[in-house]
Amino acid sequence: MVVDVTNGYAVTLQQLEFSWHQQAPTILSLEMLNVAAGEQVFIEGPSGSGKSTLLSLLAGVTTPQRGRVEVLGREISQLSAVQRDHFRAHHIGYIFQQFNLIPYLSMVENVTLPCRFSPQRRNRALENAATVEEEALRLLSHLDMADDKMLARPVTSLSVGQQQRVAAARALMGSPELLIADEPTSALDSSRREGFIKLLFEECKQTGSTLLFVSHDASLKHLFSRTIHLADINAAAQVEEE
Amino acid sequence: MPIFTLAWKSLLNRRFTATVTIISIALSVTLLLGVERIRKETRTSFVNTISGTDLIIGARSGPVQLLLYSVFHIGNATNNISWKSYEEIINHPSIAWSVPISLGDSHRGFRVIGTTTEYFQRYHFSGGQSLELIEGKPFSDLYDTVLGAEVAEKLGYKLGDKIIIAHGAADVSFARHDDKPFQVAGILKRTGTPVDQAVHVSLEAIEAIHVDWKSGAPIPGISISAEQTRKMALQPEVITAALIGLKSKIATFKVQRSVNDYRKEPLTAILPGVALSELWQLIGVAEKALLVISAFVVVVGLFGMLTALLTSLNERRREMAILRSIGARPGHIFVLIIGEAGFITLLGVGVGFTLLYLLLLVAQPIIETQIGIHIAIGAPSSYELGLLGAVILAGFLAGIVPGYRAYKQSLADGLSVHL
Repeated sequence: MVVDVTNGYAVTLQQLEFSWHQQAPTILSLEMLNVAAGEQVFIEGPSGSGKSTLLSLLAGVTTPQRGRVEVLGREISQLSAVQRDHFRAHHIGYIFQQFNLIPYLSMVENVTLPCRFSPQRRNRALENAATVEEEALRLLSHLDMADDKMLARPVTSLSVGQQQRVAAARALMGSPELLIADEPTSALDSSRREGFIKLLFEECKQTGSTLLFVSHDASLKHLFSRTIHLADINAAAQVEEE
Repeated sequence: MPIFTLAWKSLLNRRFTATVTIISIALSVTLLLGVERIRKETRTSFVNTISGTDLIIGARSGPVQLLLYSVFHIGNATNNISWKSYEEIINHPSIAWSVPISLGDSHRGFRVIGTTTEYFQRYHFSGGQSLELIEGKPFSDLYDTVLGAEVAEKLGYKLGDKIIIAHGAADVSFARHDDKPFQVAGILKRTGTPVDQAVHVSLEAIEAIHVDWKSGAPIPGISISAEQTRKMALQPEVITAALIGLKSKIATFKVQRSVNDYRKEPLTAILPGVALSELWQLIGVAEKALLVISAFVVVVGLFGMLTALLTSLNERRREMAILRSIGARPGHIFVLIIGEAGFITLLGVGVGFTLLYLLLLVAQPIIETQIGIHIAIGAPSSYELGLLGAVILAGFLAGIVPGYRAYKQSLADGLSVHL
């Protein structure tokens, strides 16, 4: 699957409408949303703003009833489910709010996991290192997680902050073009949030990845060059006025 | 396939529940194979017990009963054959040889067979092997006895030891022929047949120990010593059964009919092979029932696995969402669960199979001494491999249920998990 970002946008959404099924109310209605390649965008999305739906659409797990979802120059809303799964495997790194790790895999196995599903990411990882494990260790050491004692521990015994850093290493494995982080810092102490975000920035810069950072924590938005208020641009937002 | 590595690691992570499930499948597989193995080996053992004998004659009774008491020493004769009738019958020109057998006494739980020395040449087992003495010789003296291998081993008898024979099957003091002890003259090589459990004496000896008995009890006031009996004419009056060899198999049915139609006494002649197959028909129903029951036990074991996998699915929704976020297709999730079911079943079958052989090793000598059936420990038959294959297939098929559920679940959940 060849991806070219000729228009310079990593993400382009146009005339988007989404509801869970035909009769259900529309929960996402977007006129237009563009994110430039290499940009680090803060998407402020309080609950009810359609945040989860937007992320599902961008990750290619769901498709809209109407409109275009273009990711990395590719209209993924036109792809089949299997093609979208492949697309996600090859081009998107994803970080959840918490519990990102597969409990029965080691730290390194968790980080190399994307290479099991995508030969592309495996090959890109091998451009940096001789083996995918070595690349995993390199990423983990950037995130201060490559300590021998720590590597030997079961991932379930790691602190939440440590788990999030391992999740970041996994999302960055094989340099995917797009990194989606769904409230990755909400489980962290406020003192550690900025540190984590700065680490993400650094890694994204090195790989040239675009970062979509979704959070309802407005105190973080000053770190980003651009902020999108999802509740403002989503005509179908169900946010209660505070 | 990387997904199978994941399935394996996931199973290791839940090794406690997985082990319990594997053990339940293993036990059910052991039961299934055990039933099948014992069924088959029992048949082989029965078939191996007698060969080379064309007909068995005895008092009028069912063929199965006659076969069981005359050859397998199971149950008792309904009646005897008079010696006169016996001599008349074996005069038939088609009969090559005959060996009379007299039953009814025992020694410490082992049956005593009164017969002639010809028995040791004529009795064949396991497709034509003849009996061999590992020590001593067939009886020559009136009070000589030849022991089966199991009798000698279990009771620790050597050549020259004196043994007392009891009247009837029970070993009680008031029914012993203790005035006429026997001397061990020979010990037979192990055969894996009921012969191992028998004490052989001459027909004359059976007559001798009963000369002062009548109707199953000593005649009061009369006591004839062992020495006195030696001088008596010990012509047996009755025997229990006889093994017959024919000059030509073609005459089998003719001879059988002449025995069955014998007018002076109600007698029965059976073909051992035919009687055996009648026995199988009889036992076959029970065997099938056992096999069906053990197959159901396997199904129960697989349902246990199904339950374990299904209950684990809900707590694994997060894991599925993570895999989906990395690019796993719902199909991968399906294969992951099927793979786990497959590993559990394969391990269960493997452990069950090993357990079967361990149990056979332990049980083989016990079954041989208690029941007299030799269970050979050999490679699995193609039928057994077929059964194992069926269990493995059923395991994978059972995995479809939780697999499909996980598939639907991961399709619906996508990347979001509302816990």
